[in-house]
Amino acid sequence: MTQRRRLSNTQNSPQSRQQPGTLMAQEEDDDSTFTQPSTSQVQRGLEKLTPAQVEQKTAEVVQYFLVKDQKKIPIRRADLVKHVVKDYRNIYPEIIKRAERTFDQVFGLKLVEIDTKSHSYILINKMEPVVGASIINPTNPKMGLLFVILSIIFMKGGLVRENLIWSTLKKLRVDPGEKHEEFGDVRKVVTDEFVRQRYLEYVRIPHTEPVEHEFRWGQRADKEVSKAKILEFMGQLHEQDPQSWSQQYREAHSTPSSSQASTSSQR
Amino acid sequence: MSRQMGDSHRRFLQTMMVSGIVDEQEARTLYKHCCETHNTQCAPDKLDDFIDTINSKLQPMFMQIRKGMSEDSGQQYYALVNMSETEVTRMSSDYADNELELFRKTIELIMGAENGKASSTDILNSVDSMTTKKMKKSETEHLLNRLVHDKWLCEKRGEYTLSTRCIIEMEPYIREMYQDQVKVCHICHNIAFQCQICENPTCGIKIHNPCVARYFQGRAEPRCPACDDFWPHEIPEVRRPQSQSRR
Repeated sequence: MTQRRRLSNTQNSPQSRQQPGTLMAQEEDDDSTFTQPSTSQVQRGLEKLTPAQVEQKTAEVVQYFLVKDQKKIPIRRADLVKHVVKDYRNIYPEIIKRAERTFDQVFGLKLVEIDTKSHSYILINKMEPVVGASIINPTNPKMGLLFVILSIIFMKGGLVRENLIWSTLKKLRVDPGEKHEEFGDVRKVVTDEFVRQRYLEYVRIPHTEPVEHEFRWGQRADKEVSKAKILEFMGQLHEQDPQSWSQQYREAHSTPSSSQASTSSQR
Repeated sequence: MSRQMGDSHRRFLQTMMVSGIVDEQEARTLYKHCCETHNTQCAPDKLDDFIDTINSKLQPMFMQIRKGMSEDSGQQYYALVNMSETEVTRMSSDYADNELELFRKTIELIMGAENGKASSTDILNSVDSMTTKKMKKSETEHLLNRLVHDKWLCEKRGEYTLSTRCIIEMEPYIREMYQDQVKVCHICHNIAFQCQICENPTCGIKIHNPCVARYFQGRAEPRCPACDDFWPHEIPEVRRPQSQSRR
């Protein structure tokens, strides 16, 4: 019980977010208490509840996702069940189904399970980003930084040693060793924030001395960022036809670029 | 008029989710932009219908895009608000319990003040009466900065007022929690913090400063709209929001 309380305390404190490792470890024993109910269990559960009760619980789940998504941190099923779903866990699949529908039809967002082992979800945007759309919101400058890094990785075949990223950023006058006025601690933004948000993966290369890491696209980038757009951008930058990068062009236009290709459903 | 949401509505909502609050002019620009992006019809006078469509789908989620006035400029704003029974829950993911308590104390100070403002000194002193974990002076100052940054409070020369977004969002909560203390504007009937008060002791109606400006504009001798006594306060100028709002 004390373990429980300690857990829920750490979740509220912002510091806990900086230690994804420890959270991951706790999650396992937590999630084991939850078993996905069967269809007939869900059916029986629904019969005992009024439609208003189910609707209310769905609304709570939707709100929870929206609040958590502001930080772009994946939402773990264990937390969702413990903090929100609670006594309705027997109809969990039905609630998730309804929440998915709401995200799709009302918010233009898609709920995606990114890790089937630890059962965590992210929300991705189904709407095509519009160039110059930020008439009101100043574009988040960090997204510009991210876009550059994703471009480098994509153009280099999907996997890049960290040195290349740092040296390229230096050329753009973003020195990871110095405090940047817009991004703050650049190294931390790139290797920690973007990684937690699942835009990037930052993996240690085995058997290197000193320790070296490499970058690849994270799951959120795969789902949210259009490779065709990146190639287009590269074409403009180098005044070159995007098709001249034949391999990248094939990749950008073969993968049914998940959400980006399909426009939001109009049901 | 179809009540079905389309991509233009979804895009509008997504922008509101990022901004939290936009002024009327920005809302119109955004509305036009969303319609153009998705090739849907955009009638300049249909913004409120457009928002009603979004609200009809948001309602089951206990959310709403609500309109309200800035007590400073008198300009109209649209804010995306949460309507679940405990309005404060929305903030709870970002603020600790004792921080929320201090925020509530600040609201109480503002409610109790005639001018709708609370000084930083009074807020710092109110820490002494906290029931949750007490905060140090530096922590309190840091929290106040955060509340300003997150657009819950406004600060001017060491005095704090509730932001427009905060008033729009918290109005039902404040009306319920502070039934006896709450001031309501005689002109627009919305909740009022920074306002002028009729000095006739049997009358004592309140009017928002921008509502005062509009109501008494062009009147030779200002008289209270309720008791007809002389209105002794300085009548502020009507502030025109950027001239383009007429377009």
